[in-house]
Amino acid sequence: MNAVTELGAWVLRWVGSLGRAAFFFLDVLRKVPAALRRFDLVITQIHAIGNRSLVIIVSSGLAVGFVLALQMYYALVTYGATESLGLIVNLSLVRELGPVVAALLFAGRAGTSLTAEIGLMKAGEQIAAMEMMAVDPRSRVLAPRFLAGIVSMPLLAILFSTVGILGAWLVAVGLIGIDAGNFWSIQQSGVDVWRDVGNGVVKSFVFGIICTAVALYQGYETEATPEGVAYATTRTVVISSLAVLGMDFILTALMFSTP
Amino acid sequence: MGKKGIEMLVGLFVLLGMLGLVFLAVQAANLASFGNGDGYRLQARFDNIGGLKARAPVRSAGVTVGRIVSIKFDNQTFQGVVTMEIDKDYQFPRDTSAKILTAGLLGDQYIGLEPGGDEKNFAAGETIKQTQSAVVLENLIGQFLFNKAAEAGGGDGGEKKP
Repeated sequence: MNAVTELGAWVLRWVGSLGRAAFFFLDVLRKVPAALRRFDLVITQIHAIGNRSLVIIVSSGLAVGFVLALQMYYALVTYGATESLGLIVNLSLVRELGPVVAALLFAGRAGTSLTAEIGLMKAGEQIAAMEMMAVDPRSRVLAPRFLAGIVSMPLLAILFSTVGILGAWLVAVGLIGIDAGNFWSIQQSGVDVWRDVGNGVVKSFVFGIICTAVALYQGYETEATPEGVAYATTRTVVISSLAVLGMDFILTALMFSTP
Repeated sequence: MGKKGIEMLVGLFVLLGMLGLVFLAVQAANLASFGNGDGYRLQARFDNIGGLKARAPVRSAGVTVGRIVSIKFDNQTFQGVVTMEIDKDYQFPRDTSAKILTAGLLGDQYIGLEPGGDEKNFAAGETIKQTQSAVVLENLIGQFLFNKAAEAGGGDGGEKKP
């Protein structure tokens, strides 16, 4: 009987926190127009979130492109189909790896810093001070960061895929010696702008919303102690990663199910 | 760092992202080979379309002259109806024949057009009359084995001509 009560309490807590997160999300969305009026705040945040994530995104994209090209070559060479190397690397990057890996890196690089920043603002009672001065922290602090996150994420995912394909080109054409014309022309005939590239961008846009919203919510709801901030930062990475992976499956099923 | 410096860096970041998107669309996808979208449509009926897919190329003399728009099944004649869009720069005589061919041994299938000698050209919406279905490997192997068996045994009174 006790276990049943505990289960019920757990479910109610869970539903309650889900509802709080949803209301928080809607509230931030409502404050987006206010952030658009003060666009310099958004620009500063794009610099903090987007520009500063460039190094990790570009270097990971390059590494993934290199490795993918090499591994695919070893597999394809047994079938004598090495010309398709570019196509395989391109499709896997543009459809899946670009958006997903960039979102995971984004959660680790930008999401954590957002959570820690807002959590410490809350711990230092800066948020409370803003409220005292009749400055709405949601439109002054949260909405610009949210906007910056959903602008930066698709750009970062695109750059990840681009650099990955260029990395694969370096390995395939420079190292392995696949014909450069073949490398590009097979991609051009096999990759569709709207179906593949466009859907990848839509995915990264959705992931941007998820990662930024989770990071902001965890920061805003954190317990105002050092342990609370540490715990919230960890949860940001775990929740956004799981949400991105789960959402990716749903989006892939919706986008690529019909031939 | 000054405000102007940050704005410039953000501008560079956004510009870089846009350039990446253009690169993906033009160099690494089919935006450049999309064609200008205006062509004319032809239909062809095949007994078996094999592994042909929508958006597969239509080639004549190896040059891509159009793309397949849709593939449907006709429940009256039990044939596959392939609708293709041919670039308006290319005209074909009315007795042109269409074949389903395969690029390489394991490659993708495409439609090959072989021009005939008719003086009139196809108009939009017309149907190609002479078609040749895709080669299905199982049928081919079956036929080969049957012929071999007939050759070796010869017991059926030679009713099957090789």
